[in-house]
Amino acid sequence: MAEIDRDKLRDIYTRTMKVNRTDEKFRSLLMGGKVAVMYYCVRGQELVSAAMMAALEDDDYVVCTYRGQGEQTAKGIPAEKWWAECLGRATGTCKGKGGTMHITHPEKGIMVTTGVVGSGLPIANGLAMASQNNGDGRVTVVSFGDGASNIGGFHEAMNMAQLYKLPVIFLCQNNRYGEHTAYADHTDTRSISDRAVGYGMKGVTVDGNDVHAMYGAAKDAVERARAGEGPTLIEAMCYRMMGHFFGADFSYMPPEHIAEMQAEDPLPKLRKVMLEHQFTEEELDRIVAEIDAEIDAAVESALAAPLPDPAELKLDVFEEEMA
Amino acid sequence: MGMITMTQALNHAIDQAMAEDAGVFCLGEDVAAKQGGGVFKITSGLTEKYGENRIRATPISETAIIGAAIGAALAGQRPIAEIMLMNFVGVCMDQIVNHAAKLRFMSGGQTSVPMVIRTTTGVGVGFGGQHSDMLEAWFAHVAGIKVVTPSNAADAKGLMRASIDCNDPVIFIENILCYGLKSEDPGPGYRVPLGKAAIAREGSDVSLITYGRTVLDALAVAEELSKEGISVEVVDLRTIAPYDEATVLASVRKTGRAITLHEAVRPFGTGAEFAANIQEKCWDQLKGPVLRIGGTFSAVPFATVLEQAWIPTKPQIVEAIKASVGRA
Ligand SMILES: Cc1ncc(C[n+]2csc(CCOP(=O)(O)OP(=O)(O)O)c2C)c(N)n1
Repeated sequence: MAEIDRDKLRDIYTRTMKVNRTDEKFRSLLMGGKVAVMYYCVRGQELVSAAMMAALEDDDYVVCTYRGQGEQTAKGIPAEKWWAECLGRATGTCKGKGGTMHITHPEKGIMVTTGVVGSGLPIANGLAMASQNNGDGRVTVVSFGDGASNIGGFHEAMNMAQLYKLPVIFLCQNNRYGEHTAYADHTDTRSISDRAVGYGMKGVTVDGNDVHAMYGAAKDAVERARAGEGPTLIEAMCYRMMGHFFGADFSYMPPEHIAEMQAEDPLPKLRKVMLEHQFTEEELDRIVAEIDAEIDAAVESALAAPLPDPAELKLDVFEEEMA
Repeated sequence: MGMITMTQALNHAIDQAMAEDAGVFCLGEDVAAKQGGGVFKITSGLTEKYGENRIRATPISETAIIGAAIGAALAGQRPIAEIMLMNFVGVCMDQIVNHAAKLRFMSGGQTSVPMVIRTTTGVGVGFGGQHSDMLEAWFAHVAGIKVVTPSNAADAKGLMRASIDCNDPVIFIENILCYGLKSEDPGPGYRVPLGKAAIAREGSDVSLITYGRTVLDALAVAEELSKEGISVEVVDLRTIAPYDEATVLASVRKTGRAITLHEAVRPFGTGAEFAANIQEKCWDQLKGPVLRIGGTFSAVPFATVLEQAWIPTKPQIVEAIKASVGRA
C-alpha cells in the first residue's frame, strides 16, 4: 500500500474531523431541541467521504445524496453557508430553497444533492460527459448507499459510463443498511463491487475505515479517470452507527453488531495512524478545536440570519421571474 | 428559400445550433449515422458533420439518457436528448420531474439545466396503447419545465432553436403525423419565442384554443364553418407551459366564447386548466360556458376504426362550435 505524505494525511484528518464535528454539532442541536429539521447522520462514515474528497481538485464535480454532509463539508462548502442552508436561511447556499437534502454549491463542485435514491448516478455521467466533450480534465464523483445499487438507474449508469469510458467514479458507501433493511435482506451478491465486472468496469471493495485503503482507492480511481481509462466503482465498507435519520428508530440493528462495528470506528483508527506519523496529540487537538470554533460561529451566524422572503417563490422556477 | 418539411425543419434547426455552439450535442437511441440517423431521421447527416461525441448513440436506457443530459447541462453544455416515443418518458420520469425541472429552484438559482428533450407521439398511425399518448399535462403540472409543440414546419424550426437557446429544460413534443407537413423555409437563425401563442386564424364568434396536430383540424373546421357564417378564431399555443395567457384571454374577450381542444384525453387535461382560468378571468365577457374537446378516456386503441373514434374528430369540433355559438 502506498504511503500517504504528511501534508495529505493532515489534509485528510482535517476533512474527516470537519465531517465528524459537523455531525456531532448537528445531533446536539437536534437533541437540545434547538432546531427541528431532517438530518441524516454520517457517524461512522466520515473517513470515506473525507478521503475521497481529499483525492479531488477544487473544480472536480460531486453528486451526493441526502446523507451527503460528508462530501459537502469535506469538499469545502463554507460552514456558514452550509449551516444557513440546513437551517432554512436566506443566506444559505440555496437561499433556503434546498435544505438538508438538496445542498448545492457549484463553487466547490457540489453540483447536485438528491433525495431520490440512485438518481445521482445518471446525472454524474452527464457531468463527466461534459468534461469528456470539453476535454477539461475534470473528474466527477457520485456517492450513494448500498441500497441504491438495486435501482435501475444504477445499472443504466454503470453500463453507459463504461461504454463511453467516462471520467466518473461511483462511490458506494456500503454502510450495511438501506433505511431499515440490512444488506443481506436486499442483495444476495457477495459484494456490490462484483457488479462492476458485469459491466466490464473496474470495481474494488475497500475498508472505508482504513485511511490507507480508502485514500489509495480514491487516488487510483481519480488517476484512471483523468487518464481517460474510464470509470471505477469503489465500494467503501463502513457502518452507519445511527438510525437512518436523526431520531429514527434503530431497534432493528442488532446491538452486538453495533458493538462489533464500534471496534472498527474510523476515528480512533485514524488518530492512531496520525500519531504513528509523528503528529502530536496537541496538534491534532488544535485542528479539532479550530474546526469546532468555526462550526460554532457558523451555527450562531446561521441562527441569526434572515429567513427567506416569500417573494422568492417566483424566482428560480425559470430563468425569468414567474408572473 | 423553398419549402421544407417538419422533419427537415427540425434537422436544420439542430444542425445550425450545433454549428454555432460547440456545447450543443445530441444523445439518444439510434440517433447516430451507424444506426440510420434516428428512427424518424431528425438527426440524419449530423454525425458526419459533428462526429460521434456530439451525436451520441446510447443504450436503451432512458433514465441514463436524461440523467446524462441533465449532468452535461449542469456543466454548461446544451444537450438535446431524444426519447424515441413519448410513452417512454414513464421510464425516466424521476430524472425529468425531480431533477431537470427542480434543480434551478432547489439550488436557489445557482445551477440551471438548459436541455431539450425531444420526443414524438401521435394518434392515427396504429401504434396502439403504449406508443401514442400525448402526455403534455404530466409536464405542464410540474413547475420548472417548459412544454412546447409545433403545428407546422416553420414553427418547428423556430421553436426548436428557441428551445435550444432556453436556459431551462424544455420538453419538445413532435407529432408523427406532422413530420411531413411543409412550410416555406424561414431561413437560418429563425426563432419563435417560447411562451408566445400564434393566432393561426382570426375570427370573431368563438376562440378555439389548441396546439400541435389538432391545430390542423381546427383550421379545417374554421374554414368549413366560415361558409356557414360562423367565424372561428384559432389560437395555436405553440408553448403549452407556461402558456401565453394574455393572448388566450384577449381572444376570448374579443369573441366571448371559448373551446379548448387537444389530442390528449379530456379528463384532467390541459384544456381543463385553460377553461377554468378563462372562466375566472373572463366571466363577465363570456356568452356561454367554456367547452372542452379531448381524446376518449381509454388507452389509445389499435384497430383503425377504434383509433379514429378515439381521437377528437372534425364533426365533434363542428358540433362543439355550433353548441357554443347557439347554432346547434
Ligand atoms: C427512489 C427512492 N425510493 C425510496 C426512497 C426512500 N428512502 C430514502 S433513503 C432510503 C434508503 C437508501 O439506502 P442506501 O442507498 O443504502 O443509502 P444510505 O441511506 O444508507 O446512505 C430509502 C429507501 C427514496 N428516497 N428514493
